Amino acid sequence: MIFLLQKTLIYTIPLLIVALAGMFAERSGIINIALDGIMIFGAFSGALTALLLRDIPFFVDHNQLTFVIALAVAAVSGGLFSLLLAFSAIKLKADQTIAGTALNMLAPAIALFFIKVFYNKDQLEMTPALNSQGQVKDFGYSLKNGELNDFLKIFFDKAYISTFIALGLFILLSILIYKTKTGLRLRSCGEHPQAAASVGINVNRMRYLGTTVSGALAGFGGYVYIATVANGQATGAVAGMGFLALAIMIFGNWKPLGIALGALFFGFLKCLGGNYQRVPFLKALNLPQYFYYIIPYVAVLLVLAFTSKRSRAPKAEGIPYDKGMR
Amino acid sequence: MKEEKKGIFAKEGVRSVIASLICILGGLIVGFIVLIFLAMFNENIPLSQAVKGIVTVLSGPFAAGNAKDVLFQLGNMLFKATPLIMTGLSVSLAFKTGLFNIGAPGQYLMGAMGSLLVALSIPTTVVPSVIVWILALLAGIALGVLWGAIPGFFKAKFNVNEVIVCIMTNWIAANVVSWVFDGSRFINTPETKMNFIFKTAQNGVATWSFGLDKLFGGSYLDISIFIASLIAVALYIVMNKTTFGYELRACGFNRNASKYAGMNEKRNIILSMAIAGGLAACGAALWCLNGSQDFKWNTNLVLPADGFNGIPAALLASNNPIGVIFSAIFLKYLGAGGSNLSAYTSFNEYVPDLIIAVIIYFAGASKFIKDLLKRGKIGKRRAAAAADTAAAPPDPGGPPAGEVGDGAEPPADEGSGEPEADGTDGAENAEGGDER
Repeated sequence: MIFLLQKTLIYTIPLLIVALAGMFAERSGIINIALDGIMIFGAFSGALTALLLRDIPFFVDHNQLTFVIALAVAAVSGGLFSLLLAFSAIKLKADQTIAGTALNMLAPAIALFFIKVFYNKDQLEMTPALNSQGQVKDFGYSLKNGELNDFLKIFFDKAYISTFIALGLFILLSILIYKTKTGLRLRSCGEHPQAAASVGINVNRMRYLGTTVSGALAGFGGYVYIATVANGQATGAVAGMGFLALAIMIFGNWKPLGIALGALFFGFLKCLGGNYQRVPFLKALNLPQYFYYIIPYVAVLLVLAFTSKRSRAPKAEGIPYDKGMR
Repeated sequence: MKEEKKGIFAKEGVRSVIASLICILGGLIVGFIVLIFLAMFNENIPLSQAVKGIVTVLSGPFAAGNAKDVLFQLGNMLFKATPLIMTGLSVSLAFKTGLFNIGAPGQYLMGAMGSLLVALSIPTTVVPSVIVWILALLAGIALGVLWGAIPGFFKAKFNVNEVIVCIMTNWIAANVVSWVFDGSRFINTPETKMNFIFKTAQNGVATWSFGLDKLFGGSYLDISIFIASLIAVALYIVMNKTTFGYELRACGFNRNASKYAGMNEKRNIILSMAIAGGLAACGAALWCLNGSQDFKWNTNLVLPADGFNGIPAALLASNNPIGVIFSAIFLKYLGAGGSNLSAYTSFNEYVPDLIIAVIIYFAGASKFIKDLLKRGKIGKRRAAAAADTAAAPPDPGGPPAGEVGDGAEPPADEGSGEPEADGTDGAENAEGGDER
């Protein structure tokens, strides 16, 4: 039971942070369908950073520091990568879905191209950390606190520092978007940019801000995903997690609290897909693994169908900003 | 068209072609820059390799060396273009109806599954192989139609963004296919160690090649490329010359207007997605029924690239079905160049993917490029062009969808003079205001 809860938390965090990423872009009026691609890009640059840092003797003993630096690099590179989307959507007034799709194809192409050139492999694997017992499978990233009581174990045993950073960011950014001037301005650009512009808000700057924050969060989430869920392998895919996060954002009605609930729900379903054999009564059912793999996706469809009535997307999302329009 | 005097850029079609060419050029230039960049910072790769690399990509199959290999690669290029033509048609048809069919990979997988199941389970000793071939093709198409109809249904019935539903159905399809084949008797264990499904030729089912394969140096080429081309022509006629096609396009231009005009826009959305699904599935079926192809059954983690590449194929062709034939072949031409790249240079097969991704990136802004072309040649019509860009995004789907004016027809096609065009735009804006 504790194991399942721990795992659920681990699956939830990337979904949570990437869904929040989607929210930031869409609230500013840019559809960010490129979340998946940005995650791939962030995962790639994070893994590359971790690999390169491993060569420096100092970092061999400081796994947590390596992790934090890799996360930061992933976030920065995700933010930079998302500028491509912002430029295309804001400056070129391009179709945002197509531009996002282009980024989704560009990220794996870049990642695989460079992995192949530099390492002559199809995937980038972070080298396991070494300790007294030999190699540690989780790169020395996880925090071991086996002596705690059961409740605390869920959060602090076999936990990752990224979990706390992500939760902190989530709370901070939720406050930012609802309680600060910048947040209000950003949201107004997603609802009625012309009205926002009429009171002196720089719509394009707000949209650049929203998309860049979105990219940074998605890049961060991408590295969290491969470091905690996907065995440290950066490849040309993140198993559709970015799209799942997008669905969670819609499920959460473009609001942080809804997103948190959605991420927890889908994190649990995703976790079940990977670990159902640890649950005795599910194992007894003897259903094929694919059944559990499908559940999250079917759940998304059902949830979207049932929540479509109260779904309220930012009004101006996907529409290039044009001063002349009313 | 009235504007013929005003120069070649006045024609929408010409502008589309030129915009596509600019996108392709942009993609190639970026690809070249990446290669140069890499050569500069990597002492193992001399700078001349970068030039050789881009030349290799551009030469496609012709970089193969001797004539026999060139023929062989050409044949395979045409064969591999077949499923891409079909997924390109699938995406372009949905685009015409204002829908973004990113679900082609899922529809493709379902089509492959349907056709393989039928082609391998009906013994050709009992039923003539021609019948089995047709049944298999139809089974694949039927599953694809079903799979495509799901996003259409969700869009029409619940107004859920079709992109999300398409992506979910992709992953569901990927798992369903693995589920169906896992542990089944269709897996070619003796030859491929559990990795692939039996080739349909095992059961004597294979698309006729009429010697084309031998003509092209023993490649896989068969008549399926002609079947796909025929379907493209048929689709062109249906979309442009029939009431049904007009209704679909009207739905894409402006959903609310088509509803107001008495068309059943919900039915049209579902139908459009269902047909799109059928087309993508047909591509997969044609690929599988070639008879000599290994289908990887364990798809639950990887989606077929040909499904996604239907998007660039459609975009490069400006959603024109005939154009899709050429854009698909062009993409596979680059792909063939990529394979040669890993064989003959220090670079690898991912370069074409990079170039294609950049091409789509530019294609997303093709409206911008087209407007630049228009503005450059027909004088300063900034207002018209600006209104045009603002009014036309093919709305990827939220509820505020219909609020954008019906601006998909550029003013240049409506009026011959500047004042007239401005007038039209003014009216459109006013209309938009009323709706709000």
